[in-house]
Amino acid sequence: MSSFTMVKALNEALRKELEADPKTLVMGEDVGRLGGVFRVTDGLHKDFGEDRVIDTPLAESGIVGTAIGLALRGYRPVVEIQFDGFVYPAFDQIVSQLAKMHARALGHVKLPVTVRIPYAGGIGAVEHHSESHEAYFAHTAGLKVVTPSNPVDAYWMLRQAVRCDDPVIFLEPKRRYWDKAELDPNAAGAPSRLHDARVAREGRDATLIAYGPMVKVCLDAAAAAEEDGRSLEVVDLRSLSPLDFDTVTASVQRTGRAVVVHEAPVFMGMGAELAARITERCFYALEAPVLRVGGYFAPYPPSRVEETFLPDLDRVLDAVDRSLAF
Amino acid sequence: MTVDSTAGVPKKASGTRRKRVPSRAGSVAPPPQPELVQLLTPEGERVEHPDFSLETTPEELRAIYRDLVLVRRFDGEATALQRQGELGLWASLLGQEAAQVGSGRAMRPGDYAFPTYREHGVAWCKGVDPLNLLGMFRGVNHGGWDPNEKNFHLYTIVIGSQTLHATGYAMGITKDGADDAVIAYFGDGASSQGDVNEAFTFASVYNAPVVFFCQNNQWAISEPTEKQSRVPIYRRASGFGFPGVRVDGNDVLACLAVTRWALDHARSGNGPVLVEAFTYRMGAHTTSDDPSRYRMSEELEAWKLKDPIERLRAHLVREGWADQEFLDSVEAESEQLARRVREGVRTMPDPSPAAIFEHVYADGHALVDEERAQYEAYAASFEGGEVR
Ligand SMILES: Cc1ncc(C[n+]2csc(CCOP(=O)(O)OP(=O)(O)O)c2C)c(N)n1
Ligand SMILES: [Mg+2]
Repeated sequence: MSSFTMVKALNEALRKELEADPKTLVMGEDVGRLGGVFRVTDGLHKDFGEDRVIDTPLAESGIVGTAIGLALRGYRPVVEIQFDGFVYPAFDQIVSQLAKMHARALGHVKLPVTVRIPYAGGIGAVEHHSESHEAYFAHTAGLKVVTPSNPVDAYWMLRQAVRCDDPVIFLEPKRRYWDKAELDPNAAGAPSRLHDARVAREGRDATLIAYGPMVKVCLDAAAAAEEDGRSLEVVDLRSLSPLDFDTVTASVQRTGRAVVVHEAPVFMGMGAELAARITERCFYALEAPVLRVGGYFAPYPPSRVEETFLPDLDRVLDAVDRSLAF
Repeated sequence: MTVDSTAGVPKKASGTRRKRVPSRAGSVAPPPQPELVQLLTPEGERVEHPDFSLETTPEELRAIYRDLVLVRRFDGEATALQRQGELGLWASLLGQEAAQVGSGRAMRPGDYAFPTYREHGVAWCKGVDPLNLLGMFRGVNHGGWDPNEKNFHLYTIVIGSQTLHATGYAMGITKDGADDAVIAYFGDGASSQGDVNEAFTFASVYNAPVVFFCQNNQWAISEPTEKQSRVPIYRRASGFGFPGVRVDGNDVLACLAVTRWALDHARSGNGPVLVEAFTYRMGAHTTSDDPSRYRMSEELEAWKLKDPIERLRAHLVREGWADQEFLDSVEAESEQLARRVREGVRTMPDPSPAAIFEHVYADGHALVDEERAQYEAYAASFEGGEVR
């Protein structure tokens, strides 16, 4: 056991997978000598060489498109998109090609491509560096979409994602990159399966459902609520597609109340799907409608007002109050 | 006419010998070393070029020198303001002043510029208040100026996108029968993007009056230009069917002459031109970057000898066109500018939180209105009636 930041945990996961399988490749802009703008690939270029850790031309469609070709040739590319807002030039390759090729080939080809994307806000960045676009990807059949909330999950989930024979969109909450946790990278196996949700905190009065960067906000909110005598459960989804509805359902059956929290705009976001499913599955257990807390229906704002846009402890607890008032 | 494909080769008639496709061996011979258009040597000597000439008065040269110095001073102040926490980020143009001031000055007022995020020198030449450029780097807006006021579009962060906007704008100029032209700025890294190559295609096919001005500053963050192209970037143009020129990007006079020619070429209905300004990013990619991780300091030292400002100063002094008094006055003016920028940034107001909901749509949108009302009610429910 030693202390890992999320960046270091991701780095260690890539290292382990590069060691384990000579067909595994890391590719993207500035992932080589620089080690990536967040240093997630630090040292890999030096240790595995430029044939395995590849600085690509500055072209996202090219990066994902050639990763598809490499996968067809038996390689296992782990692609880095430098920031959330720069994945869109590759959107066609991801949605029209990567997601659909296995089905079009009637299962004859596999596309074990992992697309790592630092996403979401809260780091005071300029435009296009803070977006939460998970719904676009989760809306596309053929893609798996996962997002860790802490270093331990980051490590194990990335290793599992790389080994997965389907394309995985791996969303890294960049504002949690420097959070630390104890991790044993040599433990025998992952503590849970890639697509399992996790009860991050147990509680009785309401369930907060979150993922990625918002898990910490919800845990903080639950701790603050405890001082007011309220017991909140927090579910960390971890995987957005597939979604582990059993864990969600079991929790909401117990608490009778659910609040979904994400940074992405509420409108047409993950919360909409969750609210609908919870209503279908837990209708008789519900004491209140499922509420959602998220970004507004507006472009991600300039950093000086991003705190207004981002759900925080107060907004989460405001929703809890409204839920409990029903 | 050279035959580049077999598409036009006639079918074999019976009883005759099949014609061979002409050998293309000759066309794959290594090209001659690219010529760099230069009018002012690094030592400050004025030289002539057979294809590009430039008439300048001493007064004009002094004005150009002033632009270069002020732009560099502004840029340095912005870097300092980032260090002091007044800006979240800054993308310095250090080393690229000549490419930007030369090309910026080549534009007529009616010509339109589509910049990346580093074109502070072009903005200066277009008359944009430098303070306006700092809003997005401070985090108070995403651009914040009216592009049509000075014919200077918003900064574009998504690499390469603006080259298509520039091309479309130029297509509109043609439709209007106007004689304006457009410059699309982009970098060596951007030359790999699909958007940039699509812009080349559209501009060529529609004969659009757009000059593609690539500042090859040798680096795209940590990647050297060799990672983007096996041929000099200016030579990409020929495959798309328009001329490409490589100019010494640290020579403000050559940049001015070549860009002026390119704009006139474009505005007279001859279609696009690609100008590759061969220059160097003297600083970090942005204030978040640490170039010591990927490049040698010797490289920087070598480029320092080609400094764009030093050579013009040397030229002016040698010709007796600038005395100490003039140089001092420019220096003093640059300090004044720095002070104005410093004070302006420190007093730049934060947007109100409700500004998030402004200008999302031109015609309004019910959901935005609803969420705005919800937000305002929520904010008012706190002591003091305000969140954050
Ligand atoms: C589509 C896209 N991908 C990645 C980035 C991240 N990024 C910002 S600047 C940059 C390098 C740009 O290099 P170049 O085009 O040479 O311009 P320079 O910064 O050198 O002026 C990269 C990769 C981006 N802004 N947009
Ligand atoms: Mg560059």
